[in-house]
Amino acid sequence: MNKNEKKSLLRNGAFQSLIASLACIIIGLLLGYVVLLLINPAGAGNAIVSILKNFMYYPTQVKALQYFGSTLVKTAPLLMCSLSVLFAYKVGLFNIGAAGQYVAGAGACLYCALAFKLPWYVCILAAVLVGAVLAAISGLLKAYCNVNEVISCIMLNWISLYVVNMMLSTVKDPSSPYSLALSSTNPGAIIPSLGLSALFAKNKYVTIALPLSVIVAIIVWIILEKTKLGYELKATGMNKQAAKYCGMREKYNIILTMIISGALAGMGAAFFYLTGVEQWAVTQTSVPGMGFNGIAAAFLGGLNPVGTIFSSYFIQHITSGGAYVDKSMYCSQISDLISALIIYLCGFVFFFKLWLNRLLDKRDEKRMMKERKGGEA
Amino acid sequence: MLLLIQYTLIFASVLVLVALGGCFSEHSGVINIGLEGIMVMGALGGALMLKFVPAGVPAIVMILLVILAAVLLGMIYSLLLAVASINFKADQTLVGTALNLLGTAAAVVIVRAINMAESKDNVSSTISYIESKKAFLIRIGGFEFNWFMLIALIALIASYVVLYKTKFGLRLQACGEHPQAADSVGINVYKMRYAGVLISGMLGGLGGIVYITAGVSEWKFENGVAGFGFLALAVMIFGQWKPLNIGAAAVLFGLFRALSNVYTGFPALVALKLPSTVYNMLPYIISLIVLAFTSRKSRAPKAEGIPYDKGQR
Repeated sequence: MNKNEKKSLLRNGAFQSLIASLACIIIGLLLGYVVLLLINPAGAGNAIVSILKNFMYYPTQVKALQYFGSTLVKTAPLLMCSLSVLFAYKVGLFNIGAAGQYVAGAGACLYCALAFKLPWYVCILAAVLVGAVLAAISGLLKAYCNVNEVISCIMLNWISLYVVNMMLSTVKDPSSPYSLALSSTNPGAIIPSLGLSALFAKNKYVTIALPLSVIVAIIVWIILEKTKLGYELKATGMNKQAAKYCGMREKYNIILTMIISGALAGMGAAFFYLTGVEQWAVTQTSVPGMGFNGIAAAFLGGLNPVGTIFSSYFIQHITSGGAYVDKSMYCSQISDLISALIIYLCGFVFFFKLWLNRLLDKRDEKRMMKERKGGEA
Repeated sequence: MLLLIQYTLIFASVLVLVALGGCFSEHSGVINIGLEGIMVMGALGGALMLKFVPAGVPAIVMILLVILAAVLLGMIYSLLLAVASINFKADQTLVGTALNLLGTAAAVVIVRAINMAESKDNVSSTISYIESKKAFLIRIGGFEFNWFMLIALIALIASYVVLYKTKFGLRLQACGEHPQAADSVGINVYKMRYAGVLISGMLGGLGGIVYITAGVSEWKFENGVAGFGFLALAVMIFGQWKPLNIGAAAVLFGLFRALSNVYTGFPALVALKLPSTVYNMLPYIISLIVLAFTSRKSRAPKAEGIPYDKGQR
């Protein structure tokens, strides 16, 4: 075999992932469009366009820039959640508990900020710690009691939602179901902007959380791809027994993975609630969708930390865009529907790659046969 | 006390139905994490039927129609899982999670569209069925008997018979334990797995409609089914994938779930002065503890979660 043979672009794994993700997006959007058509054929086209346009809905550049900033503000926590899901998945764990760890992180950072009046970096640390502890429970249960992490995570999701609601009721605004506003109670807990908000037409919620989350994504990539720890963790994920046989501490690795994963989700919550863009509603009866959207972003990004930066933005873009559909005909949850469809379609990516490679193999084989025949003649 | 028994039984019925659904699917070799979404879909089908069938029809017709709608929608929805995980070898956990998210999102979109079509100002995702729900209830003294309790019991016995006493059941289990061996003696593994998933869709959908009619007369679909599908999975694991054990486990879990509805009726519990949230959390906490103790020597079907590949040894 000629080793220098130039690989076809289609053979490239990253390129395949990209095509697969784009296909998921397009099919997902098409299906969403069909649903809109079924509900009300009159405005379906407009609705899907406004979901895709999101902030570009505003005619003036200043307004658009401001709302672009808002979308980015929500992208940072989503990116963290998707990194959390991704990190665990690389080690063979499905961290559906990112949602719960996110909730726990939100509770921790808001409580520290509102009840103890701590500065922002301490609050972030608290969120990270609590998220990690919560995930560690799932990790411990998985490692020592063989409890399926998906089920334990779901249970913890609900438990943390109830606990956080109870905890934050003590620091809530007396006249509304929301926790106290950071800007009036403890401005020191708001993550500094360092001039970033000026870039987005003075959208004061744009903070250094944004660049921080991108940096974390790159760190996660380095850990997973370039360090011994990452190698060991991935090996554990592929085959627990083999890893143990090679002298890796497989139980320790599982727990450590969950801890890191939970820390990422907790940090995501801090990146969202410590910007002051939204308060926590203590009457919430369902777990916030951020962690679940994180699953969509992680898989759409081809399970690559750098890929998730873009996929997180895309998911948040359409989620925010859902707010602009014509409310007299549709509801904003249509974008949740589209992201759920995208997750479902991501399930087919593996098969798609298999099929593509088989197709390429066949093509190459045919060409080889032809060449050989040509040589003989 | 009577109220506690009533609620325990109705919640246990939900858990039995859904857990049996999970049991069938897992015995065929497919992990069904998407039960939650299937429940939402079944609930949606049943609730729409309750809403649109005129209140004058005889109770038995109403019951049959509602069950039919829930079962059908649950089965159709579970096909999404079957196609992806059996034909396309997709990651079953991922697809199941997608089904859960999709179920809630789709239900909200559909219900809101219906509500908005009725009146422009109604943007809620709630369906109410106060009148039509009465078809299911029979008052016996202070006890409100619900036909679903009987159906759950029948389903439990039927599952036991089907799984252990019929050719189909034993073949189904073979596909979850060692599909290659099953295939070698001429069992069509793909067909069996489809059967398993469809049965889980049927029971899951039925469980969904039972859940949203248990104790309430309207349902806000934004809440999905509040993790009940996962509680059912916990029941299934606690019951060690065996129908009769699942029945017992469901009653236990149903009791804890019922406590959050009726604890105010017990002076001893009120005297503890625990916030109501604690009772809401109870089923989840209990299931975590129970899982921690029972998962160790798990009797899970050996081949569950692994896509069947004919070429593999």
